[in-house]
Amino acid sequence: MTVVFDGIASGLLLFLISVGLSVTLGLMNFVNLAHGSFAMLGGYVCVVLLNRHGVPFLAALPIVTAASALAGVVLERTLYRRLYGASHLDQVLFSIGLVFMSISIAHFFFGAQQQPLQLPPMLSGQFNLPGVDVGVYRLFLIVVGVTIAVALQWMIAGTRFGAELRASVDNPRTARGLGIDVERVFVLTFALGSGLAGLGGALGVEMLGLDPEFPVKYIVYFLIVVAVGGSGNIKGSLYASLIIGICDVAGKYYIPQVGAFVIYAVMVVTLIFRPQGLFGRSAAK
Amino acid sequence: MTTHSIDGFDPGPLRNLARWKRAEYAFWLLPVAAYFALGEQLSLLSQIAITALFALSLDLVLGYAGIVSLGHAAFFGIGAYAAGLMAANGWNDPLAGLLGAALIAAAAGFITSFLVLRGSDLTRLMVTLGVALMLFELANKLTRITGGVDGLQGIEMKPLLGMFSFDLYGKTAYIYSVVVLFVLFWIARRIVHSPFGLSLRGIRLNVQRMPALGAPVNARLVGAYTLGAAYAGIAGALLTQTTQFVSIDVLSFSRSAELLLILVLGGTGSLYGALIGTIVFMTAHHLLSGINPQYWQFWLGMLLVLVVLFARDGVMGGLRALGKRLPGAVK
Amino acid sequence: MTHALQTSRLVKRFGGFVATSDVTLNVAAGARHALIGPNGAGKTTLINLLTGFLEPTEGTVILKGDDVTRLSQHQRVKRGLARTFQINRLFADMTVLESVTLAVCERRGIGARWWNPVGSHVEAIDEAAALLQQLRLIDVAHHLTKSLAYGRQRLIEIALALAAKPSVLLLDEPAAGVPTSESRELFETIAQLPREVTILLIEHDMDLVFRFADRISVLVGGALVAEDTPDMIARDKRVKEVYLGEALHG
Repeated sequence: MTVVFDGIASGLLLFLISVGLSVTLGLMNFVNLAHGSFAMLGGYVCVVLLNRHGVPFLAALPIVTAASALAGVVLERTLYRRLYGASHLDQVLFSIGLVFMSISIAHFFFGAQQQPLQLPPMLSGQFNLPGVDVGVYRLFLIVVGVTIAVALQWMIAGTRFGAELRASVDNPRTARGLGIDVERVFVLTFALGSGLAGLGGALGVEMLGLDPEFPVKYIVYFLIVVAVGGSGNIKGSLYASLIIGICDVAGKYYIPQVGAFVIYAVMVVTLIFRPQGLFGRSAAK
Repeated sequence: MTTHSIDGFDPGPLRNLARWKRAEYAFWLLPVAAYFALGEQLSLLSQIAITALFALSLDLVLGYAGIVSLGHAAFFGIGAYAAGLMAANGWNDPLAGLLGAALIAAAAGFITSFLVLRGSDLTRLMVTLGVALMLFELANKLTRITGGVDGLQGIEMKPLLGMFSFDLYGKTAYIYSVVVLFVLFWIARRIVHSPFGLSLRGIRLNVQRMPALGAPVNARLVGAYTLGAAYAGIAGALLTQTTQFVSIDVLSFSRSAELLLILVLGGTGSLYGALIGTIVFMTAHHLLSGINPQYWQFWLGMLLVLVVLFARDGVMGGLRALGKRLPGAVK
Repeated sequence: MTHALQTSRLVKRFGGFVATSDVTLNVAAGARHALIGPNGAGKTTLINLLTGFLEPTEGTVILKGDDVTRLSQHQRVKRGLARTFQINRLFADMTVLESVTLAVCERRGIGARWWNPVGSHVEAIDEAAALLQQLRLIDVAHHLTKSLAYGRQRLIEIALALAAKPSVLLLDEPAAGVPTSESRELFETIAQLPREVTILLIEHDMDLVFRFADRISVLVGGALVAEDTPDMIARDKRVKEVYLGEALHG
């Protein structure tokens, strides 16, 4: 049970970080391998705020989100949008370039070591329920993750922006024809995606660690979420994240000698048998 | 038919397309000149030759067949470990090692090609990446066979052809690498100018047309992918044999990513682009990391971004543009 | 009369949408058969079913008496079924001669030869050159495809299909986008093809269709509503209602 609980927590964390990648891929058909760099940025901003400026953890989170979102907007406006029409190969090369640069920059400012993060006392420790050891911080992650997933779902299903987003994902050309400003939708989505990635990065320092190699180390996980969940599919990303979180934690707990192998295999097998993702819409129109 | 000629029509340009040009002869004098001019840098030069061969293998897959791969290091790594394990188990003949590595890598390429070719570009990216990562994990966990993160040690090679032993200065290693590179380049050059090579170009330029010409597209791509894998395997084996060590790095993601950069930097789909890209990249790497090894990666990333944004045709594209102005130059 | 190409009760559904509905079509050997119908009638879908680009939901495709429904595209081409595309699908960065030589090599079954250069396959090059001569493209043989005017690119479409030496040729709006003056010329070229080549033509320009075809089938909403000689089709009331009226007055 503890494994399932921890798995859900890490799955939700994964969801926060990767949902933005999934949506940008679905919306603009853009392969952004540098998505993890935004999560890393969030992590470092959080660490700096806490350790150097004494900002409380909970107060730091909104700042972190805003900072990553801002970085997302700036990069989207200056660089990313030049490559919307480019081939996937170009996008991959370009974003790998950004990843390499971000790794070096992080290295320059913070060195190669793992960054420590002191959680506030109210979020540390654990308590025991029958059958489950509940880590307070993991419980907090689950609460935040579920809240955000519900909020996103509400936004997608219930607001005008959500409707525009869905229309744009379904068919950008038609959406443009209907008078939707797809560019604006994309900037906002990109900002939202980077912001959530940053938030996820900050929340994840405790569980995933934080060092300059972060964007490379976890990029596969984010891609797996997209591969399994289906690109542009928020609910799919959520389910995929949960499955992967639980599989990963269970795998590492019960069969540590196999390591991450299981997760990679899940991705490859999924891609082969259901290229549109487990939860993607079926290819038939 | 053969005697039938059409007034005012000369098929020459197509007939002679595969002829060696003067600039090409000149190019292949470079490694000879380098041997004499840069005698102290032979190990770097061998690295360049090996990486050039690896880049050549990706050019066959990406530049000619148009298959996007984020995990080409998988085959390099397979070749490297295959050669290492063969040598560690008493099969120390270098050429037999190359052959063995080529066959094993080709088999791996053949099998995985069916997974890779099923999907779109994006799926291919992720599948190739996934396969490479699985191999990395495998090598990482099978410590008893691969040495894990410590690498595979204790590799000793017999003298090449029974005559030339691998010396401390790397002379044999360099000549061996360059000769293997040249022979494989020559073969690749023949292949890309053959009808098979032409059909690969056709697939890359317009994949939907090819079946309408009666071409079995998938079979051709399987062939190209397998060939690319074999080439990469040989490159990996060369690295093992000349350094007498296999690091788990041979399978790493950054090796695949760097290789893509090298090829894009040089220009895809021209064979020479792979070679020139390698020379430029490795030289820059050598000089820049001499100045500041830690931040080399920053310049590497910057270079990638700039190449994609501004110089998508690479060095070869620039040379071609130049060649149009200077008649008789590299084509 | 023998049939070069037949379909039997061919059906194609995309989800709930029926693009091809119970089509039984017979194209006689040596015919100049035209397939007409309003936009969205499913003409291109039908061509795609014939060539194997799409798989039918139900029904069969018969080429020269053999059931080819399960064969892939390239296997059907090997059996003599070639096509052109409504929207150019050419090799932009190859020269015209290279493109057609590629097509000739594929037909000759030497497309997978990997050792001797293309330039040494002299017969293939000569055959390609002769084809270019026939289509009056020889003067641009060494030009890049993308550098040619659109009308000539349409001719390359046809050259690539002819290189397969087809017994049945499907022409999907060969004159689409070509100025009227050039399209006459293009059709003259098509009309000069040997009679052994059966032609199934999709075309919007009714003038061209009625001058060229000896048999016309009318497709509406995915179903065949009439098939007859041009004279009879021109008089057919239903056809006038569903199609000609709209095309002539609309």
